Amino acid sequence: MAILVDKDTRVLCQGITGGAGLFHCGQMKEYGTQVVAGVTPGKAGMTVLDDVPVYDTVYQAVDDTRADTSVIFVPAPFAADAILEAIDAGIRLIICITEGVPVKDMIQVNQALAGSQSRLIGPNCPGIITAGECKIGIMPGHIHKRGRVGVISRSGTLTYEAVDQLTKLGLGETTCIGIGGDPIVGSGYIDLLTLFNNDPETDGVVMIGEIGGTAEEEAAAWVAANMKKPVTSFIAGQTAPPGRRMGHAGAIVSGGKGLAADKIKELERCGIPVANTPSEIGQTMLNVLGK
Amino acid sequence: MKIHEYQAKEILKDYGISVPQGRLATTAEEAMAAADELGGSVWVVKAQIHAGGRGNAGGVKVARSRDEVGEFAAGMLGKSIVTHQTGPEGSLIRKIYVEEGVDIDREFYLGLTLDREKRCLAVIGSAEGGTAIEEVAEENPDAIKKFWIDPSFGLLTYQPRLLAFALGLSVKEMRRFVDFSQRLYRLYVDLDASLAEINPLVITKTGEVIALDAKLNFDDNALFRQKSVLEYRDTDEEDPGEVEASQYDLSYIKLDGNIGCLVNGAGLAMGTMDTIKYYGGEPANFLDVGGGATAEKVTAAFEIILRDNVDAIFVNIFGGIMRCDTIAEGVIAAAKQVGLGDVPLIVRLAGTKVEEGKKMLAESGLPILAASDLAEGAKLAVEAAEKRKA
Repeated sequence: MAILVDKDTRVLCQGITGGAGLFHCGQMKEYGTQVVAGVTPGKAGMTVLDDVPVYDTVYQAVDDTRADTSVIFVPAPFAADAILEAIDAGIRLIICITEGVPVKDMIQVNQALAGSQSRLIGPNCPGIITAGECKIGIMPGHIHKRGRVGVISRSGTLTYEAVDQLTKLGLGETTCIGIGGDPIVGSGYIDLLTLFNNDPETDGVVMIGEIGGTAEEEAAAWVAANMKKPVTSFIAGQTAPPGRRMGHAGAIVSGGKGLAADKIKELERCGIPVANTPSEIGQTMLNVLGK
Repeated sequence: MKIHEYQAKEILKDYGISVPQGRLATTAEEAMAAADELGGSVWVVKAQIHAGGRGNAGGVKVARSRDEVGEFAAGMLGKSIVTHQTGPEGSLIRKIYVEEGVDIDREFYLGLTLDREKRCLAVIGSAEGGTAIEEVAEENPDAIKKFWIDPSFGLLTYQPRLLAFALGLSVKEMRRFVDFSQRLYRLYVDLDASLAEINPLVITKTGEVIALDAKLNFDDNALFRQKSVLEYRDTDEEDPGEVEASQYDLSYIKLDGNIGCLVNGAGLAMGTMDTIKYYGGEPANFLDVGGGATAEKVTAAFEIILRDNVDAIFVNIFGGIMRCDTIAEGVIAAAKQVGLGDVPLIVRLAGTKVEEGKKMLAESGLPILAASDLAEGAKLAVEAAEKRKA
C-alpha cells in the first residue's frame, strides 16, 4: 500500500513555468507520476510538457483537473504564500521543495495548517516517492525499487545514499519522504511514523536525522511507546562544531542543544539501532529485518 | 546573521528601547574623546566582537578615569580575545564601544527566540542575568520563566506582566518592563530576527529599565527582505574562505583537520565528515557544493580547500539529477586548473551515469584514487593524508 502517494495521485505544480519546476515535472512525468496541471499566476492558457495545462490559480486548476496534491517550486520569497494558497484551495498534500523560506513565514504557515485538512511536506526538501508508482520532487527515481522499507529523512543526497543501499541489499522501499532541513517543517518524524506504523506493506522504517532541534529525540520516545515495527537510524553531524549552521537552516547546535551525540544516545536508549556511518545504513536495517 | 553590540543598540534605540549612551572607537584617542563626550565619571569599555562571553575574558572593563578608558582601549584594540564561544584562535578586536556607566540595582535576563519544538516564538525571562545564563539553564531550569507566543496575536500584555511579577519588579518597573518587551517583540518580528537577547536587562537605582547588553541575530533566509539589517553585516567577523564560498553559492565551514571534503548535499557532507573522523582522520572543512557541481564551482571549491593546507581531498558526490559524467568533467577540469600538487585526490561517485563518470576519471591522466563507496573513500583519504603528512 505504501503511504500518501500512489499511481492515482493527481499532482499540480505551483511554479511549473520556472526552470526547476519545468525540468522536474518532466522527470516526474517520465517516472509515471500523474502531473495534471501547473499554476503560474498570469500564465493561464499555456500548455507545457506536451499536455499539462497551466492555470492562474490553484483553485482553478483543482476545479478543472481534480488535482489533489501540489508540488511547489516557487522561489523562497513567495513560497509560503503559495503554500497558503494551496491550503485555501483544499489541497490535501502539499510538497514544498523550495529552500530559503523565512522562519517567520513558516510560523504563519504552521498556524494555517493547524486549522486545515492539508498536510505539508517540507519546505527545503527533495520530496516524496512511492517506489514504482509516484515520484513528487527531485530525487533520482532509478535508485528506488519497490520493497519493504519506509524512509524518513531531513536530508537529500544522504537519503539517496541510504535508498541506494536498501535497493542493492534487496530490501527495497515503500515510500521515501524528505521532510526537509529547516527548523520548522510541515511534517515531522512522528506524523509519518504513524502512517508507516499502519501501512501493511512497510516492514521497517529508516530515520535519517542530523544536528539541530530535538525532533529525533521526540520521535525516539514515540517509537518506544507506539511503533509496531523496527526502526533504525543514522544521525549526521557528530563532527559539526557548535553554533554553526551546517548548510541546512535547521542544522545548528544552539545553546548546547541539538547535538548528534545526544540524539544517538536517546535513539539507542529507545531501542533504535543507529548506523556508525552512512555506508552502514542499509546493513543496519537488514540486520534487524533479516532476509 | 550576527551583528555587533553597538549595532544592536542602535536598532533598539530606533524602537524606543532604553540603552546606555555610547560611542564607537577604533583607537585609544577616540576612546578617550568618547569618554569626554559622554561625560560622567564611570565608563565601560567593551570589545566589539560577534562572539559572546566577553565579560569573563577581559573584553568588558569598567573605567573610573579618562586615562583608564584610554588604557583599557589600548589593551584591547588589535589584540585577540579568547572566549568560550570564539574557539581557541580567538577573535581580533577591531572596534570598541565606550558606554556611560550605569547605576545598576538589579540584573535580569530577557530573551526572544524560536521554540522549534512548539513551532512558535517564546519569550524567556530569568532573575539570573549576567554572564552565566547558559549555566543557569543547565543547573537550575526552574529559574527560567517562559511564555509561548501565539503568532495570530503576538506578544500579549499579560505575558511580560507575569514575567515582571515573577522577577519581583515593582508596579512602576513592571509597566516599563512590559513596554520594553513589547517594543523588543515588535523589533523582532519587523526585522525577521532569530534571537533577541538582553543579558543583562538592568533596573537602575532610579527604576529605569535598560538594555545593558543586547544580542540580535537575524534569519539568514529573510535577509533578502531586510536590506537595512544587511547593511550591518561585518565580513571581518567571518572566515574569509566562508565569505568567498558564499559568493560561489557554496556552503563552506572551516574546521581544524587536514582532510578536505567536497560533497553535494548538506546531510551527506556532514555524514562524510563524520565518516572521516570515524576512520581516524580529521576533516578540514564542511563543503556542500549544492545541486549544480559545475566545473566553475568545483574549481572555486578546490581553491578554497587547498588554502587550508590539506593532506588529502575527498570528493564524494551522489549524482541524482546531476549526472556523474558531468561531475567528473568538472572535477577533472578543476584539478587541472588549480593544480593539486602532491595532494592526493580521492573521488567517490555514485548514482546517475556512474560508470561513465568513473571511466572519465580513470582516463583523465590525473592521479585520482577512485572509491566505490563512502566508507572506502573515507578510509583511502585517511590513509593518503597520513602518508603525506609523514
